[in-house]
Amino acid sequence: MPKDHGIGAPIRRREDLRFLTGSGRYTDDINLPGQAHVHFLRSDVAHGRIKRLGTGAAAAMDGVIRIFTARDFENVGGLPCGWQITSRDGNPMAEPKHPILAEGKVRHVGEIIAAVIAETPEQARDAAEAIEVEIEELPAVIDMAAALGEGAPKVHDDLPSNLCFDWGLVEENREKVDEAIRNAPHVVTLELVNQRLAPNAMEPRVAIGDYDKATDEHTLYTTSQNPHVIRLLMGAFVLGIPEHKLRVVAPDVGGGFGSKIFHYAEEAFCTYAAKVVGRPVKWTSSRSEAFMSDAQGRDHVTKIELALDEEGHFLALRSETLANMGAYLSTFAPAVPTWLHGTLMAGTYRTPLIYVNVKAVFTNTVPVDAYRGAGRPEATFQLERVIDKAARELGMDPVEIRRRNFINPDQFPYETPVALVYDTGNYHATLEKLEELADLEGFEARRQESAARGKLRGLGINCYIEACGIAPSNLVGQLGARAGLYDSATVRVNPTGSITVHTGVHSHGQSHETTFPQVIAEMIGIPEDQIEIVHGDTANSPMGMGTYGSRSIAVGGSAMVRATEKIIAKAKKIAAHLLEASEGDIELKDGKFTVKGTDREVAWADVTLAAYVPHNYPLEELEPGLEETSFYDPANFTFPSGAYACEVEVDPETGKVEVCSFVAVDDFGNVINPMVVDGQVHGGLAQGIGQALLEQCVYDENGQLVTASYMDYAMPRADDLPSFTVDHSCQTPCTHNPLGVKGCGEAGAIGSPPTIVNAVIDALQRGGIEVDHIDMPLTPVRVWSAIRAAS
Amino acid sequence: MYAFEFVKPKTVEEAVAALREGEAKVLAGGQTLIPTLKQRLAAPEKLVSLAGVEGLRGIRTGDGVVEIGAGTTHAVIARELAGAVPALAALAGDIGDPAVRNRGTIGGSLANNDPSADWPAAVLGLGATVVTDRREIAADDFFQGLFTTALEEDEIITAVRFPMPKTAAYAKFDQPASRFALVGVFVARLDGNVRVAVTGASENGVFRWQAAEAALGADFAPAAVEALAPPPAEEMISDLHGAGDYRAHLVKVMTKRAVAACG
Repeated sequence: MPKDHGIGAPIRRREDLRFLTGSGRYTDDINLPGQAHVHFLRSDVAHGRIKRLGTGAAAAMDGVIRIFTARDFENVGGLPCGWQITSRDGNPMAEPKHPILAEGKVRHVGEIIAAVIAETPEQARDAAEAIEVEIEELPAVIDMAAALGEGAPKVHDDLPSNLCFDWGLVEENREKVDEAIRNAPHVVTLELVNQRLAPNAMEPRVAIGDYDKATDEHTLYTTSQNPHVIRLLMGAFVLGIPEHKLRVVAPDVGGGFGSKIFHYAEEAFCTYAAKVVGRPVKWTSSRSEAFMSDAQGRDHVTKIELALDEEGHFLALRSETLANMGAYLSTFAPAVPTWLHGTLMAGTYRTPLIYVNVKAVFTNTVPVDAYRGAGRPEATFQLERVIDKAARELGMDPVEIRRRNFINPDQFPYETPVALVYDTGNYHATLEKLEELADLEGFEARRQESAARGKLRGLGINCYIEACGIAPSNLVGQLGARAGLYDSATVRVNPTGSITVHTGVHSHGQSHETTFPQVIAEMIGIPEDQIEIVHGDTANSPMGMGTYGSRSIAVGGSAMVRATEKIIAKAKKIAAHLLEASEGDIELKDGKFTVKGTDREVAWADVTLAAYVPHNYPLEELEPGLEETSFYDPANFTFPSGAYACEVEVDPETGKVEVCSFVAVDDFGNVINPMVVDGQVHGGLAQGIGQALLEQCVYDENGQLVTASYMDYAMPRADDLPSFTVDHSCQTPCTHNPLGVKGCGEAGAIGSPPTIVNAVIDALQRGGIEVDHIDMPLTPVRVWSAIRAAS
Repeated sequence: MYAFEFVKPKTVEEAVAALREGEAKVLAGGQTLIPTLKQRLAAPEKLVSLAGVEGLRGIRTGDGVVEIGAGTTHAVIARELAGAVPALAALAGDIGDPAVRNRGTIGGSLANNDPSADWPAAVLGLGATVVTDRREIAADDFFQGLFTTALEEDEIITAVRFPMPKTAAYAKFDQPASRFALVGVFVARLDGNVRVAVTGASENGVFRWQAAEAALGADFAPAAVEALAPPPAEEMISDLHGAGDYRAHLVKVMTKRAVAACG
C-alpha cells in the first residue's frame, strides 16, 4: 500500500480543480479599472539602421493615448545581464546595452521599435501599423562561424567583434588534455549541432503595469517564474524604483521552461508607461510575438573529441563549442553554455582530463537563454553521442562502455576535473534497473519482428547527470552570478492550527501547492488540507530567487523545512508549558505533543491557539505568535542522474522515426510525491523527444525566422510519443539538504535527446546503413537524406 | 483582425447576391479564413457566412453516387461515410484536429484549394463533380493551381458528387508541424480506369500522376508503381520539410501504399 499522506504519497494535485475547470487566474485574466492597451511595433528586418519613425499620423488616430519611441527612454537603463563571464584572457565578456526600445539600430526581427498605447488592443494595433518606419537594412549575421569571420558585419558597432566571450574550463588543463589526446590509442570525434528551440509555454507572456499616484507605488503583474528577481532587476537596474515602492505579482503561470525567468523589455515598458500615461497598461503577447520575443534555447555548434585506451577507458575529453547569444545578452544567457554546460562534461564517468572551450557569439537573432535543462542537455547530448560512437568504433557494447567508465558508488564525494563535487550517486544501480525494465535481452526478437514489417529497429542507451538546486551563493558569486541563489519560506501558523506557507519559489506547473504541504504534514502530523501554499507576489512572500534549474524542493523546500523546524521547536516550548513538563521530554507525533513515557498530551491546535491567545503562556520567556522565516542557501548543487533507453523504428522508405518505447530510470534522491514526479518526467521526455525529432528554429540568411508559427515549428503531440515507463526507485538521497531531494523538473528533457538519436543511429547501423550522426531534429527528410547519402 | 460586415443569408441566392456587393468573402467553416483575418493578412469588407443556408449540409448516397453537401463538416463525413466509402471517411477523419473537423467543411476546403489540403486529392482522384449555384464542374477542370479554382468570384459550391469507386485509398504523409499533407496520394479504381491524384507535393497544386494511372491500369499492384520514375523533382515544392526530390520520392512511396491499402 502506498502512503496516503505525507512524504512519498501519490496524492492528487489540488491545483487541478481550478486549472481543469477553467478557474485559474492567469495574468491575462486580470483587468484593472481604466486600463489601456499597448501594441508593440516590432522590427521586420534582422539588422538595420532606423532612419525615421513618423508617428504623427498614428498619434492622431482613434483611441490613441500615446506613442513611445526610444527617445522616451533616454533616462531609463537597459535590461541587465545577471551573470558575467570572464574570458580566457582575463577580460570580462562584451556586454552591449540592451535597450527597452531599439536605439538607432534594430538587431533582430521582433525587436521593439515603438509602442502605441490606446484604449483598445485593436486601436493600438491599427495605429502601430500607421507608424511610418524607414529602416536602412544592413547585412545580417546569422551563422556563428561567419559572425566570427574577418570583416563580418557587426551586430554591435561599439564592440570590437561579434565575440561575446571566449571561455575555458579548466584553462590549466588545456595543454594536458591536448597531449593526452595526441598520444591516445583511440580518439573519437564528432561534430554536432544542438539546435535552437522556441520555448512555447502554453500561456504566452503578459504584462500589466499599474501606478498608484496617491502612494507612489508601482505594481507589475507578469508571467514570471521569479517575481522577486524581476523586482530586483527592473527596480534597481532599469527603472530606478526602490523595492518598497514596487510590487511584482506572478499569479497562475501556464508554463515557463526557463523562458519566464528573464526580465523582458515589455515588463519594464508597461511599468514605466503606466506612470507616464496615468493608466494601467496591459500587453498580451500573441503566439506570433512569442516566437520572436521570448528568449530561445540551445543553439550550440560543437566539436567533441574523446580519447580512449584499448579497453575503452576514457582518457581525456575536449569539447569546443560556439554558443549563440542572439542579438543581446538575455538575463542569464552567459551562464548557460559555461557553468551550466562545461561543468557537466564529466557526466557520470571517471574521465581524468577534460577541457571545454566555449565561444559565445552575437548574431542578428532573438536572444538565447536558459530553456529546460539549460546547458546540461547540450553537455549530455555531445558526451553521450560521442560515447556511443566510441563504442561502435571499438566494437564494444554501449551499455558496457558506460559501465566500465562509471564513477563507482564508493568514490563519493567525487571531484570531477570540471569544478564540481558530486555528493552521491549510484550509476550502476540505475543502469541495472534500466536493463531489467527495458528488457534489453528481448531486443533482438523485437528487431526481427520489425524487420519483417520492413522497419529498422534500433536501441538507444544514455546515462545522464545534471547539476540542480542551483546553488551555493558564495560559489556562484565567484563564477560570475550577480545574484544570490538561496531561497526562502515564511511558515505562518494560524491560531486554530492551520498553516499558510509563503514561499520564494514559484509554481508554473511544478505542483508546489500539492507537494509542499506533504512535507509539513509529515513533519507535524496534520492533514495536507490544513496547509496552504502562497507564492508569486513580492508583497506577501519573503525574498526568494524563484523556480528554475529543478531547485524548488531542494532549495525552497529546504527553507520551508528549516522554518518548520523553528516552528516545532517553539511549539514544543509552549506544549511543555501547557503540560507542565520539561521541553526536552516533549515529542511531536501525529499532530499531538506528548510527554515522553506518559499518556499526557496536548493537541497541535491547542498549542497554536495558546500562541495567539496567550492566557496560559510563558510570556516572560517566549514571544506570542507562531510564525517563522528561513532563508536556505544550499551547500552544493544536487546531482540527479539516470539511465534511459528507448527503441525506435525507422521507416527506410520515408525516413520517419517512430518511438516504440521509452524507459526512464532516474535517481532523484527522496521523492515527495511519486505521481507528480512521474508527471514532471513525462513532460520532460515529451520536450526532449520534441527536440530530438521535431522542433527547430530556422532563420534564413536575412535573419527571418522561417519557423515562426505552428505551421512550420513542429511541437510534439501525444501521438508522437509512446507510453513511458518511468522509475525512480533507485534513490541515493542528497547528502546536504534536509529532505535528501535532488529535483526532477529537467531530467527528462536532458536525458531523452541523446537516447533517441543513439537509437536512430543504431537502427540505421543495424540495417547496414553506415550513418554516424544526424543533426537534430531527426525529421523524416533528414533521416531519408542520410540514408540516401550512405547507400 | 480588421473590422468587417457580417451577413448570414438563408438561401444560396441571397448569399450570391451578398457576394456581389462590395469586396466580400465566403465564410464556409473558416478554418483558413479566420486565422488569415486574425493575422491581418486579409481585409475583406464583408463576410458572407453560409452557416445559415438551407440545404447545404448532408450526405446522399445511391445510384453509384455519393453526394456531399458543401457545408458538411469533415467530422460528419468521417462518421457517416465510414461504411459506404471508407477512403473518404478516413481522409476526412485525418484532417486537422477535432476542432478543425467540426468546423471545417468540404466546400470551404475545395474553394480555398490549398496545395496541401486533403480534399482536392479525393475530388480529383475520384473524378468527382463540383456542383455550384449555377453549373457542374468536372474535377479535372476545377483545380487550376495554388489557391486557384474554376469558381467565379460570386460562385458558391453547393455539393460535391463522387462516383462510387470499386476500391479507393488515400495515403498521406504528414508535414510534421502542420500535419497538412507533405504528400497525399488518392488512388481509385473506377469502372474502366484508375485515377491517381497527388496533393501537397506540386508547385501547381493537386495533380494527376498519369504515368502511375497508366501503369496501374495495366497492373493494379504496388510493384507496377515501383518500376516508375518518380514525378519530376523540379516541379515539386521545396521547403524546410523536404526538397523537391524528397517529395517526388514520397509521391511514389505513398502511391504504392495507397495501392496496397486498396487491397
